[in-house]
Amino acid sequence: MPLPEALADPLHTGPALTVLHTQALAGERGERRLFESLDMDLPAGSVTWLRGRNGRGKTTLLRLLAGLSSPADGEITIQGRSLRQAGPVGRKQWLYIGHQNALKDDLSATEALGFLARLHGLPDDASSLKQALQRLGVLQRQHAPVRTLSQGQRRRVALARLALSGAAPLWLLDEPFDALDSDGIDALNQVIGEHAAAGGCVLLTSHQALSLRDPAPRLLDLEGFAPGVSPGIAPSISPTSTATPAPGARP
Amino acid sequence: MRQVFWCVLRRDLMLASRRRIDALLPLAFFLVALSLFPLGVGPEPKTLREIAPGIVWVCALLASMLSVGSLFAGDLADGSLEQMLLAPSPAIAVAAAKSAAHWLLTGLPLIVATPLAGLAFNMSTPAVLALLFGLLLGTPILSLLGALGAALTLGLRSGGMLLILIVLPLATPALIFGAGAVVMVEAGMSASGHFSLLGALLIVTVMGAPLATAAALRISTE
Repeated sequence: MPLPEALADPLHTGPALTVLHTQALAGERGERRLFESLDMDLPAGSVTWLRGRNGRGKTTLLRLLAGLSSPADGEITIQGRSLRQAGPVGRKQWLYIGHQNALKDDLSATEALGFLARLHGLPDDASSLKQALQRLGVLQRQHAPVRTLSQGQRRRVALARLALSGAAPLWLLDEPFDALDSDGIDALNQVIGEHAAAGGCVLLTSHQALSLRDPAPRLLDLEGFAPGVSPGIAPSISPTSTATPAPGARP
Repeated sequence: MRQVFWCVLRRDLMLASRRRIDALLPLAFFLVALSLFPLGVGPEPKTLREIAPGIVWVCALLASMLSVGSLFAGDLADGSLEQMLLAPSPAIAVAAAKSAAHWLLTGLPLIVATPLAGLAFNMSTPAVLALLFGLLLGTPILSLLGALGAALTLGLRSGGMLLILIVLPLATPALIFGAGAVVMVEAGMSASGHFSLLGALLIVTVMGAPLATAAALRISTE
């Protein structure tokens, strides 16, 4: 699905279409400031690829946006509501899947996924769980203890939560393609594409180039927001027609 | 909030049922530690009967503290804790569920095993009953305070020892009134004052500890 004309400029989308908005956001890890003056608007129906070198603050940014830590400076608005005022029920507006899969070794794949679904108030009946595991291609291992699954299979079970969740408009995914084989990547691309087509919004990190084509991922390069880099010079958020980094995205 | 509470509690019980040996370790510690005292102090029945309430309480306290150290550690390591804190419910539901799971898996088995200790230390039936009632009121306090200590020391290198140093002073009132109640009964007096104080302690802990635990969990996952 090509991006609508109105969304082509990521910094100036209308408020109604904006799912995630940050203003002058700054993040720190320990005492070190990783990025600052980060202004972005993520519109509905978009997939944004968050890039940056190791230690640039990609995970820190995602955790800030998920409300797991608080920003050093700036404001985060999700679906028009400030993250500070969102409260527990507001957390239904987004879904965060981190580096870790949050699966318990002693549970079966279905039980582990069912726990996460119940925890977040997603459908947790047997057929929904089955369907979700099927989407990510791990149905044949549904009764196997997580302990016996490979890294890639664990990742698939964790990501099967995406296939359950129609409700949360914003997905924050930290290295979702990690450990996945090409089948897994295709399955995930499809789930992400459908979410975007339904008006969802996805922000993800990946150390390898995205193979997602529909919708074409936009690029957000954190290098442009490192302390000391003037934000006026670095055009760090840009729509890309291909998955390769846009030329000129780096300062 | 209720949904998250039951969801976490059910999962913890299910995990314990998958690892039965691990779940029985606190109970085994309790029984072994209890059986050391007659060996160390000597088999004089009168002495043993006098020190029994204190010994049972101290062993219950230590068994609770040793098992509470791992209450959040596993969930922190595999990312489950993060996901629990992202659930659409206040973190206090998670703190309360984990404390409840700890009590069901540690406190309750200790109470069930206590009559055995009464038998071993030659305690009278009213004394054993007083001890049981005291533990029933007191072990939830230990689990709640233990969960608070575990949340505060989460991710620290020498967390286990620090946890015990933080919680033991907080748990001494429960120990004093719990063991004191048995002494009163043994002396033929009413222990209702001690039980009232234990009950009051329990209420205060139920009101305060999960809130503090929730705050500590938020800080440790930041």
